[in-house]
Amino acid sequence: MSDLSQSAAIFAPVCPIPNDTSDVIKLGHGSGGKMSSDLLDNVFLPALSNKILDQLDDAAVMAINDTRLAFTIDSYVVSPIFFPGGDIGSLSVYGTVNDLSMRGAIPAYISASFILEEGFPIADLHKIVESMKKACLETNIQFAAGDTKVVNRGAADKIFITTCGLGILQYNPAPAANRAVPGDVVIVSGDIGLHGTAIMCARESFELETTIQSDSAPLNELVQEMLKTCPAIHCLRDITRGGLATVLNELASASKVGIEINESAIPVDAQVASICALLGLDPLYVACEGRLIAIVPDNEVEGLLNTMHEHRLGKNAQIIGKVSQQYPERVFMKSRIGGQRILDKLAGEQLPRIC
Amino acid sequence: MCLAIPGLVEEIFHKEGLTMAKINFAGMRRSACLEYVPGVKTGDYVLVHVGFAISVLDQEEAQRSLDLLKQTGEVNSFKNELDNARDYT
Amino acid sequence: MKYFDEYRDEQLAKNISRQLKETVTQNWTIMEVCGGQTHTILQFGLEQLLPPNVELVHGPGCPICVTPLALIDKAIAIAQQPDVIFCSFGDMLRVPGSKSDLLGVKALGADVRAVYSPLDCLAIAQAEPERKVVFFAVGFETTAPANAMSVWQAKRMGLNNFFLLCSHVLVPPAMSIILESSSNRVQGFLGPGHVCSIMGYKEYIPISRQYRIPIIITGFEPIDLLEGILRCVIQLEEKRAVVENQYGRALTEQGNLAAQALLKEVFAIIDRPWRGMGVIPKSGYKLNSEYKQFDAELAFDVGSVDTVESSICISGEILRGVKKPVDCPAFAKQCTPENPLGATMVSSEGTCASYYKFSRLEKKEASHV
Repeated sequence: MSDLSQSAAIFAPVCPIPNDTSDVIKLGHGSGGKMSSDLLDNVFLPALSNKILDQLDDAAVMAINDTRLAFTIDSYVVSPIFFPGGDIGSLSVYGTVNDLSMRGAIPAYISASFILEEGFPIADLHKIVESMKKACLETNIQFAAGDTKVVNRGAADKIFITTCGLGILQYNPAPAANRAVPGDVVIVSGDIGLHGTAIMCARESFELETTIQSDSAPLNELVQEMLKTCPAIHCLRDITRGGLATVLNELASASKVGIEINESAIPVDAQVASICALLGLDPLYVACEGRLIAIVPDNEVEGLLNTMHEHRLGKNAQIIGKVSQQYPERVFMKSRIGGQRILDKLAGEQLPRIC
Repeated sequence: MCLAIPGLVEEIFHKEGLTMAKINFAGMRRSACLEYVPGVKTGDYVLVHVGFAISVLDQEEAQRSLDLLKQTGEVNSFKNELDNARDYT
Repeated sequence: MKYFDEYRDEQLAKNISRQLKETVTQNWTIMEVCGGQTHTILQFGLEQLLPPNVELVHGPGCPICVTPLALIDKAIAIAQQPDVIFCSFGDMLRVPGSKSDLLGVKALGADVRAVYSPLDCLAIAQAEPERKVVFFAVGFETTAPANAMSVWQAKRMGLNNFFLLCSHVLVPPAMSIILESSSNRVQGFLGPGHVCSIMGYKEYIPISRQYRIPIIITGFEPIDLLEGILRCVIQLEEKRAVVENQYGRALTEQGNLAAQALLKEVFAIIDRPWRGMGVIPKSGYKLNSEYKQFDAELAFDVGSVDTVESSICISGEILRGVKKPVDCPAFAKQCTPENPLGATMVSSEGTCASYYKFSRLEKKEASHV
């Protein structure tokens, strides 16, 4: 199978529509950016919309009798399947744990379905499953159900994993994308762009030697500590495909507020910055897998930051901006040299630029 | 096609008869061809474009021009330079 | 990061901005030539640091944007041949041809690979002697030496399965065409820093003389561009017209002699069509007779494809700095990075694509700066 699928999780190039008029799925529909949300708006929501789905948050919250639950699902198609800092197995568990955590839920149960390509080495499958087992133990989530399908050679790229997670909600109201209000402060938990650049470097074609690793990690413990200190956190969102800029846009949109950030406050590792500079990528749009954005009331910031700094996954947490009532649903960034620009959702592709 | 970034020349080596070097870009390394910058040494900074060093960065000139910009009178300095440049007609 | 952070210093930027405001007394229109410079200007919001009477217009310095549609179709056709490994810089992969694009044909089974350097293709050619490796050599003078070295080295190594599909363009003829036009508004240029690190800037002196126009050879970081603009405004205010070198840390008047020598060895100068601008005399390179065995256009006979450009696209006027993307009725409506109608939207560095990404909403919504 071509290595087009490798881009799906990270860069998902957007096909410019060819001159013929047939409507087909393009890679860009999986990018997490504008085309993805258009697909949602045009195809899925008209058919499936209901109050729960319409939350459109990292995980849905619902109540069964008096028990409040968080429920989520995600697919993992990353290539290469083994990369510096993780593999598709650990990624799939952490990803689901993180989605549950973003609603303040304690991760409880996870199920997974595996689509395997004919010819995929069982030894590799062993490694991936071991990795998932480790991740489940680490996060206290219990593997409850699974399914396996095998498809002909070429119909899938080695292995695709879909994970579904269930968590118990602890806080009411739960953090939600639509709860940000003007005056709130925007915090990032650490440096951005590691996962996407680590994946890029794992591909041989660019021959970049680097020590960076994916930031793939479970955020549940960090979030639990954060919520203990500050139960009033308004929004939590983990930064995944589409990068920091896309997440901020989603929050601005959902809460119908403006968000203003400072470029000089955004932490970026020097090697990530170099790789992005060499290839002409913008770290603001590069995927992470172990970083979150928190939007919190102004008076809670100091306490929250102290808590985050004590945790290994929050030690570089920074204030990067604030929520404003100007320019609702837009994200503005003040650049390092003082000029301002709009930070839009990932619209087109981030293919390496040579220009 | 103008994206060229500065990097530090580390280990110089040869490959298929071409002079190459490992270039260090703030911790990330990639090899580049040095054939267009003969005389470059380890420790020099070069501009790298699509796997080739295209120019050696003049550190003194860089410092001089930055210092000039930090003063308040750089407009006068530029005007002086201009006065010394003859028009072409 | 050394050589980056110093050129992104806010205080320095404010300093230059203030000097600009104190120096300017009338309206001036300045063009920056390179797509990379346009990208920096928009990415850092540089225009907000300029006095309102200095207007920046964006030039044709995006070689992807100006590559003719017919050549892209040819590339796609060659990529679809069964024994071909088609290699290209990443940003060419999404440029639409008449019917598809390189990544599209890859999905159907063509062996299309993104590479960072043309030298990487030689290793592929050595490793796969039964296949033909074709590299899409798109670029200005900055990239030409890399491509020249790749064929020179291929000849030395005795490789007979490596080919170059050449789409090289040269900056000075394009600048002359812009200045020749009766609708030209450009009064000063920020010249192409990296192109000149190769070619030097001697070629710009006759242009400066003939059209009595200041040309500041400028780098790509925000401070470089601000300094270039300041120097240009000083010249305009003093009614001077000479070539200045702002990017002294990276280039000299004579340029890179070793690179120039190999360019002469490998390439010949020819007339080239520029998408959106027509044929510009002596504005491109092709492989000369000593190296024609590496020329993909000679080695592969893929016939011609009917190419039709959009009738509503105003790329030509944008590339010449006569109009801006917001002047186009299709901008951000029918024409977007996902569905580009013409040259300046196809590449992430084209003027329209840069505007779309960085600032298309500012004119409508932001009067805050």
